[in-house]
Amino acid sequence: MGELLWLIPALPFAGALLLVLFGNRVSRALVSAIGVGSVGISAAVTLVLGIQYLSSRPAFIRQEVWQWFDVAGFSPSIAFHLDALSMVFIFVITFVGFLIHIYSTEYMAEDKDYARFFACMNLFVGSMLMLVMADNLLLLYLGWEGVGLCSYLLIGFWYKEPANGYAARKAFIITRVGDTAMAIGLFMLFQHFGTLHIQSISTEAAQVWSIGNETALIIALLLLGGAVGKSGQLPLQTWLPDAMAGPTPVSALIHAATMVTAGVYLIARMHVVFELAPAAMMAVAVIGAVTLLIAGFAALTQYDIKRVLAYSTISQVGYMFLALGVGAWSSGVFHFMIHGFFKALLFLCAGAIILALHHEQDMRKMGGLSKKLPVVFYTFLIGAASLAAFPLVSAGFYSKDQILWLQLAGENGNIWLYLAGLLGAFITSIYTFRMVFLTFYGEEKTHVGHKPTLAITVPLVILAVLSFAGGFIELPHNFGHVVLFSDFLAPILPAVTMVPDFNQYEWMLQLLAAVISLGGIFIAYLFYYKKPELIDSIHRSETTMAIHRFWHSGWGFDQLYDTLFVRPYVYLSKVNKSDFIDSIYTFIANATQGLHQLFARTQTGVMRNYVAGVVVGAIMILTISLLL
Amino acid sequence: MILVWLIAILMAGGVLAWISGKVNRTLPRWIALAAVLAVFGMMLYLWLSNPIPVLGSAWLIQFDQPWIPQWGISFSLALDGLSLLMLLLTFFLGLLAVLISWREIQNKVAFFHFNLLWVLAGITGVFLTMDLFLFYFFWEVMLIPMYFIIGIWGHENRRYAAYKFFLFTQASGLLMLLAILGLYFIHGSQTGVYTFSYFELLNTTLAPEAARLLMFGFLAAFLVKLPVVPFHSWLPDAHSEAPTAGSVILAGLLLKTGAYGLLRFVLPLFPTATVEFAPWAMLLGVIGIIYGAILAFSQTDLKRLVAYTSVSHMGFVILGVFAFNEWALQGVVMQMITHGLSTGALFIIAGFLYERLHTRDLRQMGGFWTTAPKMGVIALVFVMASLGLPGLGNFIAEFLTLVGSWQANNWLTVFATIGLVMATIYSLRIMQKIFFESYQLEVSFPDLNAREMLITIPMVAMILWLGLYPQPFLETARPSIQEQLQAYTKPVSEREELPLKPENMAHVLESKTEASPAKPEDVKPFPNLQIKTP
Repeated sequence: MGELLWLIPALPFAGALLLVLFGNRVSRALVSAIGVGSVGISAAVTLVLGIQYLSSRPAFIRQEVWQWFDVAGFSPSIAFHLDALSMVFIFVITFVGFLIHIYSTEYMAEDKDYARFFACMNLFVGSMLMLVMADNLLLLYLGWEGVGLCSYLLIGFWYKEPANGYAARKAFIITRVGDTAMAIGLFMLFQHFGTLHIQSISTEAAQVWSIGNETALIIALLLLGGAVGKSGQLPLQTWLPDAMAGPTPVSALIHAATMVTAGVYLIARMHVVFELAPAAMMAVAVIGAVTLLIAGFAALTQYDIKRVLAYSTISQVGYMFLALGVGAWSSGVFHFMIHGFFKALLFLCAGAIILALHHEQDMRKMGGLSKKLPVVFYTFLIGAASLAAFPLVSAGFYSKDQILWLQLAGENGNIWLYLAGLLGAFITSIYTFRMVFLTFYGEEKTHVGHKPTLAITVPLVILAVLSFAGGFIELPHNFGHVVLFSDFLAPILPAVTMVPDFNQYEWMLQLLAAVISLGGIFIAYLFYYKKPELIDSIHRSETTMAIHRFWHSGWGFDQLYDTLFVRPYVYLSKVNKSDFIDSIYTFIANATQGLHQLFARTQTGVMRNYVAGVVVGAIMILTISLLL
Repeated sequence: MILVWLIAILMAGGVLAWISGKVNRTLPRWIALAAVLAVFGMMLYLWLSNPIPVLGSAWLIQFDQPWIPQWGISFSLALDGLSLLMLLLTFFLGLLAVLISWREIQNKVAFFHFNLLWVLAGITGVFLTMDLFLFYFFWEVMLIPMYFIIGIWGHENRRYAAYKFFLFTQASGLLMLLAILGLYFIHGSQTGVYTFSYFELLNTTLAPEAARLLMFGFLAAFLVKLPVVPFHSWLPDAHSEAPTAGSVILAGLLLKTGAYGLLRFVLPLFPTATVEFAPWAMLLGVIGIIYGAILAFSQTDLKRLVAYTSVSHMGFVILGVFAFNEWALQGVVMQMITHGLSTGALFIIAGFLYERLHTRDLRQMGGFWTTAPKMGVIALVFVMASLGLPGLGNFIAEFLTLVGSWQANNWLTVFATIGLVMATIYSLRIMQKIFFESYQLEVSFPDLNAREMLITIPMVAMILWLGLYPQPFLETARPSIQEQLQAYTKPVSEREELPLKPENMAHVLESKTEASPAKPEDVKPFPNLQIKTP
């Protein structure tokens, strides 16, 4: 049954190749057909394989396409591995990717680089699939860097603007810092296991290392370094808000639904190594908790609708890390999937708004759009409810509630992590509905130009349905008790060890989460709809404005890194532009020349000078020989 | 005999090209093209016919002819997988060098092609020679035509660059000559057989101090050529002032002769001394990686920038060579090939831009993606290759090198890996300054034409092949790498023994087999470097 596996990543790659070679010579319709079609067929193949997989339930399917290379026993293959975990990711990538490609045909319709856009998008989908389907870490690394390249190309898609190029390079370089850590992790893994094959490492690691092993800890931390880079987590989160310089479908696909969750995938995939290093697990959880708070506060103060969503992505990926850190593997992956739906939805809605308002992204210039763009409004509302974890009816409620619950009910969690998550949930629902009220309510400030057509609305509606209904495949024990999703992942990802006798508190915590979510919405309603003057009074105070500016700048990380790394590096490079080592050689050359000139000057051609020289020399030699 | 033909065709072709210039201005180009195509075809045929190594050794073809027998000098050539790969690269890049000069070189066309072919002949000789005297001879043969290429057809500051190139290479080459002579006399006084033969000299037992001194003599030449910081400062000048073909050959091939020398001579001749020196050599490599990368970032001259990236990339070579394991050495060989292609391609793109704009100044470029998207895509491929993107050949090279050097030294490898981030920083700057942002110059120029596509498309195909299925190349290099490493895989106590088994060489060295290799216990301790004439 696995014969078709290679087609899933190969189709988008083939699409990209065709578009690079012939994209500029064929009609737009054909470009769309290749660009959308390749991902569409890939999604269809995924569906076929998914049905086969669900009906026969093998542990995994492996397909080796060819042996990449073999050097002294280091022999990675171009081989694909399909199991429940990669199935979830492939599903989200191809289906959400397909919807976003359809959406892009309208969003990018006016762009003259239409073919280049789809070529990069296809290349991205192919690389991302490579990442999640790789059966060894080197191939995973290929996908990992490949998505980095596509992210770079697409952030800087409108290349004439220097700021876009800056954002693109920033994204590439900062994620590369993480990748470097990950590469060192791979060297260590190879040193200890003689292979980078994921399954072999997972089996052997548990036998070779005991829990708390120092090597396992270092490797886990290095892999975590790679994960925080790609997933925009502390301390390498600064690239993600700037990445919004790319076209909005790019933000939806790459910087929300798929690529930024690569770190989550990596940690879940390598969970055996992480389980052997409890300290690294704790680091994952703490990074998640701190990141989700910092990004949440930053999101509160943004005016650019895409930047709000960007910070919210950082924050939501923080929840996934929080889940992974306490060993709630399947909850992290569940939140990834639900987040993929609703965040893609929110970005696509934002894109529709931006398109309608002639590329206006500032929420202060929006307003009153609920009447003008009804489909966008209702779908956005569903997405926002999911993001804010609106109780009972949104998918986000179930995925986030599970994470919060396991912070207390799971053995590895603790009250601080729980409180951080809870506070984060509160902030999330404030900034989410701040966005809703600022954009869709109040008076209309900018004229609506472009009304979305089917290519935009159909993907929105489908994603809205998923953001609403996706949660019902995994319901808590005390009502519904549906465990389809965690059962599906159970063969791959172990369940959380629970604290005994804690179940009776579950309904209390659920109630608390619901109240927090509704409370946040109420505050947003109060400040941004009912009594906007409250905001003005806050803005009058110097202290709160200072905090506002601090949060707005993303907690000053950019300035910090600028001072610590960027400027010293540039200075060092500039000051030594002409290479001081060269001046050593120049000095030798000049000294030789100087001596030459000095002696040349004695050659005057006047006889008496020479005689004088001979006499002086003779006297000196005599004196010296007498003295000695 | 085929090995002699390779050199002879190139040299004769060069002379013929020079003479034919009297007849017609384009004839030298065609003659050069035909000569390089001929040797490239021969090499390709040889590679594809999958020759079988001789008697358990790595050698595929050998040729041995006494030349000046009274001094023990012979015209001795031999080909193994390593030299085969190097020659394939040489002729491939040589072919491209002829093609890119088609339009660019309009002055003294005949003499240019003479020099071009003679550089290639010199490089071919260096990669094939198994006689140290002959090796030094070819080492010089590649130097002098290159000096002319830079000095006559270069850019504004060509004289300075040519002198500098010549002085650095010549001075370091003389140190190597001293070391070769030292080795010759030591071996002669030990065995009574005065010979420059590589296979014989491998058997020389050296006292530690002598080995150290001689090793430094060889290292001097190779490290300057490679180049290693702080001996690199000839390179930016030579690379940026040379005409495009010159830059391609310099970066693609001449630097590789340094790396080849390390692999072929330094490792097997001085196993103990190299082990001692290894941490320092690796440190030099890491310094080179980081120093080159930092300097590349701030350059405003495109060719100078690419030249400094070479300094950085060659750091990986020395890092890998002194890690003494198969992963690292395979990485080094891959790095030699892939760097030759990727840097060569970047210089070619710089040449294309220079032909169109008459400047190499990045500050005057920008926004060219709109005008020349094909050039943009191709530049993107090679910029990505230079930052080590997986899927392209350079990644395999650097990853293998680092995997290998990690086994040898963790911390130095960590710093070398940080070099990958720095590579990203300078590489992306190339794309940004040339192809992105908006116009600095109000110009519109044609995108790549058919000839230029013919040059670049094969390079793209090659770099992808090397990245996705490098196995044929690794297979070819494997036996020779294992042979170079033999001395290092033995226990330390046996390291003084010869790394190459002389009995495998017997068929080559018929006349000399009676000079049995000295066993360590037979040899008197050799306290100092004594030089006396035979």
